Amino acid sequence: MAKPIKIKARNKNGLTTIRALMSHPMKVEKKDKKTGKVKPAHFIQTVTCEHNGKAVLTAEWGAAVSANPYLSFKFKGANKGDTVKLSWVDNKGKNASAEQTIK
Amino acid sequence: MNSKRRTMLKGTLAASAVGVAASAGLLAPRAVLAAWPKSAFKAKGVDASLTALYGSGKATDAKNIKIKAPDIAENGAVVPVTISSTIANAESISIFVAKNPQPLTSSYALGSGTQAYVGTRIKMGKTSDVVAVIKAGGKLYTAKKEVKVTIGGCGG
Repeated sequence: MAKPIKIKARNKNGLTTIRALMSHPMKVEKKDKKTGKVKPAHFIQTVTCEHNGKAVLTAEWGAAVSANPYLSFKFKGANKGDTVKLSWVDNKGKNASAEQTIK
Repeated sequence: MNSKRRTMLKGTLAASAVGVAASAGLLAPRAVLAAWPKSAFKAKGVDASLTALYGSGKATDAKNIKIKAPDIAENGAVVPVTISSTIANAESISIFVAKNPQPLTSSYALGSGTQAYVGTRIKMGKTSDVVAVIKAGGKLYTAKKEVKVTIGGCGG
């Protein structure tokens, strides 16, 4: 299986840009046309990114975010060498997290 | 964050399932604060969803919100969208697709040093307006951009 979260963190002139790729199916609730059974939705609900224990971004997602979601954002107040932590929780209670040093 | 929690209390007992998971220690304490706004995601219209999310469906049109998205998306399952704005002290950004069955795609709570900038990829069922809503200083600002979709992406 692919790495659950890939993060790139760059600091330029005090502004840190985070780009992250998560590996997740992000399924919408869907009816099977043949059997009529409802296939449940399966998606990431909450993504949190922390820097020094402080949340810089909390994302709440629905199933309408594409599979293997991509997220990017910018924040101030971090230095090169700091670590950022990104974690997600999906609607089945599964979670994953990863850390990356800011370059 | 506070107003959001208030909305939670009013709007959704249904979200208590999330709460149970939280109290069982599955989620970190921070995730509990940001309990997932189920009613906002289930709402059928942009206005209804806005009300569920922010407690008010009224948003002012703003020219200083930029939505970077393709004019024509060949594949509705993956539409790259970037929202950026010069609005000061933005607290929250939400992205809606007006004609999706459930318009709210995602909502982002910004920390104090975080810029009003979010990039992601969303699914679009058909040609529709992409609506960005930014909350700053207790007010809502909005902008929209039409994206034409040639193959819908809400089946996957």
